[in-house]
Amino acid sequence: MTEQLAQLTVKHYKSDQKPIWCPGCGDFAVLACTHRALTNLQLRPENVVIVSGIGCSSRIPYFCKTYGFHTLHGRTLPVATGVKLVNPDLTVLAMAGDGDLFSIGAGHMPHAAARNVSITCVCMNNQIYGLTKGQTSPTSVKGHTTKSTPYGSISQPMKPVLLALAYGATFVARGYSSKTHQLADLIAQGIKHKGFAFIEVNSPCTEFNNTYDLLDTMVEELPKDWDTRDRAGAMALASTETKVHLGLFYKEERPAYEEMAKAFEKNVNAFDANAYLARFA
Amino acid sequence: MPKEEIIIRLGGEGGEGVISAGDFFALGSARTGYHLFTFRTYPAEIKGGHAWYHIRVGSKPVLSMGDGTDVLVAFNAEAYNNHIGLLNENGVLIYDPDTVTPTNGNFIKYPIPFNKIAKEDLDFLRGKNVVVTGFLAGLFGLDPSSLEGLIKSRFRRRPELLDQNLKSLYTGYEFSKKIEKADPYYLKPTERVGRLVMNGNDAISAGALLAGCRFFAGYPITPASDILETLAKEFPALGGVCLQAEDEISAIGSVIGASYAGMKAMTATSGPGVSLMTEFMGLSGMAEIPAVIIDAQRAGPATGMPTKLEQGDLNHALYGGHGDFPRIVIAPGSVEDCFYQIINAFNMAEKYQTIAVFLSDQSLSQRTQTMNKPSTAEIAIADRLRPTPEELKDYQRFSITDSGISPMSLPSEEGGMYVAPGLEHDEYGHVEDPMKSRVAMTTKRFRKMEKAQKELEAPPRYGADDAEIGVIGWGSTEGVIREAVEQAVEKGYKVAAIHPKVLCPLPEEEVGRFISSVRRVIVPELNYSGQFAKYLSATFAIKPIRLNKYVGLPFTPGEIFRKIEEVVNND
Ligand SMILES: Cc1ncc(C[n+]2csc(CCOP(=O)(O)OP(=O)(O)O)c2C)c(N)n1
Ligand code: SF4
Repeated sequence: MTEQLAQLTVKHYKSDQKPIWCPGCGDFAVLACTHRALTNLQLRPENVVIVSGIGCSSRIPYFCKTYGFHTLHGRTLPVATGVKLVNPDLTVLAMAGDGDLFSIGAGHMPHAAARNVSITCVCMNNQIYGLTKGQTSPTSVKGHTTKSTPYGSISQPMKPVLLALAYGATFVARGYSSKTHQLADLIAQGIKHKGFAFIEVNSPCTEFNNTYDLLDTMVEELPKDWDTRDRAGAMALASTETKVHLGLFYKEERPAYEEMAKAFEKNVNAFDANAYLARFA
Repeated sequence: MPKEEIIIRLGGEGGEGVISAGDFFALGSARTGYHLFTFRTYPAEIKGGHAWYHIRVGSKPVLSMGDGTDVLVAFNAEAYNNHIGLLNENGVLIYDPDTVTPTNGNFIKYPIPFNKIAKEDLDFLRGKNVVVTGFLAGLFGLDPSSLEGLIKSRFRRRPELLDQNLKSLYTGYEFSKKIEKADPYYLKPTERVGRLVMNGNDAISAGALLAGCRFFAGYPITPASDILETLAKEFPALGGVCLQAEDEISAIGSVIGASYAGMKAMTATSGPGVSLMTEFMGLSGMAEIPAVIIDAQRAGPATGMPTKLEQGDLNHALYGGHGDFPRIVIAPGSVEDCFYQIINAFNMAEKYQTIAVFLSDQSLSQRTQTMNKPSTAEIAIADRLRPTPEELKDYQRFSITDSGISPMSLPSEEGGMYVAPGLEHDEYGHVEDPMKSRVAMTTKRFRKMEKAQKELEAPPRYGADDAEIGVIGWGSTEGVIREAVEQAVEKGYKVAAIHPKVLCPLPEEEVGRFISSVRRVIVPELNYSGQFAKYLSATFAIKPIRLNKYVGLPFTPGEIFRKIEEVVNND
């Protein structure tokens, strides 16, 4: 059995469906890094569930040979939560775009993080709506002209890492599609983390918001001696607008929801219908 | 001469204990062996406003509130003014002379200074309602020891209040022996029989547990919250998980996720929540994931009258959501039905891999009613179809079958990997070329409903065999329609009723046969627009006579009886 486990390679996690993304789309790298992370961890593909929402990025489950659920726009985390709570042995990833997680589904992450359900949530942030062909997104920078903001975006961009920290996520990281080695590692670490892990990936949309060149000038590794227990420091760094820091911002050990929810009773019994109904006699 | 039944209405200010005074008496009488039916209505606020509780107890089955009331207990002047007109001839008015000044009328008066007794004799004003309970027990022949147990369990966690409450109970009881009884209402003694007494939400929770539901996610809303609260309490010992979600969209999302992962799952809400859940109903349709939604209907739209009743969500259950997809809609007719039909809802949802919407309402969810003890060993529990090892070799999650039902794999099952798609897909669940599979997949999905329809139980029929007038109702009105029809038959009218429980797919053959066997069809519904009547019109090309009530209260048998009589006379 162990021998068989050791044999899993990237091709065991790749489905035979070809990604439909545009050439150069950052999501290719996220997909490859997900395959690599799963391979590195040697997880049995049938024990992995990738839940997504709607968007270009949310197509990702179709390209993985694991279980998957392509849900509704914004509803990635609720569905992932249900999966994890009834079968905590599964590895559950929630993968979606910035619009999915921070606009239409923005109400869900604060709760998923506060509960600390063991879900690895990967936000493929391209600061634009890809699938609907180029409207502004909640993470679009101020002044960004898109089809829906012809005079420039006038709203303050949301900062996914800062929000995840504020919500109480117990693992918060940021990666970049161009830095695949680090990204695969962050995803693997996120999967291993017990509790809610949030990873923002700067994943440019070559079609409607090609930010590779800009990002290349802005990205910077977190300081070498970065203390991942310093939430306030992480929040300060996550607020910076001039730099895009990459790496693990914050990590904390806190009991996971799925374990606490199962800990109320030591003995689990079958339902005794007659005894239950006798309460109403 | 003891009576076969008594109707009692208690009215007063919300938070004053009107409901619990009635509840103690009602449960006590049910546990003594009487049949019971209750209705409660209360303001949306926690304190204040007018609340009333309606009890009908009898030594024969009671299926509705009945007409009028035999006894009115007026806690305050408002209660007296609101309900005195309803008191039946030679009825009984019980009131506190310090707060109510009744005029003379054709009724018997028992002035009881509840407030004074509670405050001065007992030094425990809060016990006023239990004094009333004790008084009613003494007056109508209920053994106060049958109430003792209820009070003990209610105050289990507040032992400091228990003694005072018990004292209040017996003080009320003794007081009843001091007055000169002038009314004829005295319950015929009964034998304690093996009946259960519970409310609709209790029955739904119990049935769901028996059906195998072990995941629940919900967001609090009247009148459905009890189900969340019950399952939160019961699940841990059964290995289940209950989640209070951040909103109803999340609740149904988690339910669908849990079901995808293999657990029988449900959510419970009311109209506003179902509105939010609509998009997920369609996802369940497309990805063929079983799930149960309880909709304890209340008067809408928007926040409407949140503690009042209406059968206003049938259209939403039948048609809500974009796109074309099969679904199951079930409406229970009684508390007993809540128990059996929720099991049916789970069985059908699992078997046909669809959403099942379960339409209770405020009156039924909060109605306490007696029911026969179920023979639990005889209840069939269905599970979803699972793939065979052979099928897993080249697994097609959405394989086209004669029944439309495809075997469903579960995460962690080797060989069963697939992506549950919200997109149109082929048999493998692949989404690249949807138009190629669109027609076959749509017909496959709807084929499940053809099979479901063939397997439906025949709906119950009441009344005359040679009926010329047919009454068709749905949901919580079953008992009241039945009583009205029985009254009409007794009067010699040729009337019968049929009451389908599964509304989608509708048992078309039986309902169709019933419709063709009568000359006139009456459809009583607790809504303005006649949602069920229109559904029947569309299905059977008929034009039913409608009886609609939309004040937020149930029908009385008389209201339906008078409609029947009107139709007979106009014929
Ligand atoms: C309820 C609903 N509203 C709108 C849409 C249309 N829609 C699909 S994807 C999308 C946004 C995509 O942006 P994002 O989530 O950032 O993902 P990306 O395509 O950029 O990867 C929208 C608005 C939808 N599918 N459902
Ligand atoms: S539109 Fe943008 S996000 Fe979508 S596939 Fe193309 S490049 Fe990627």
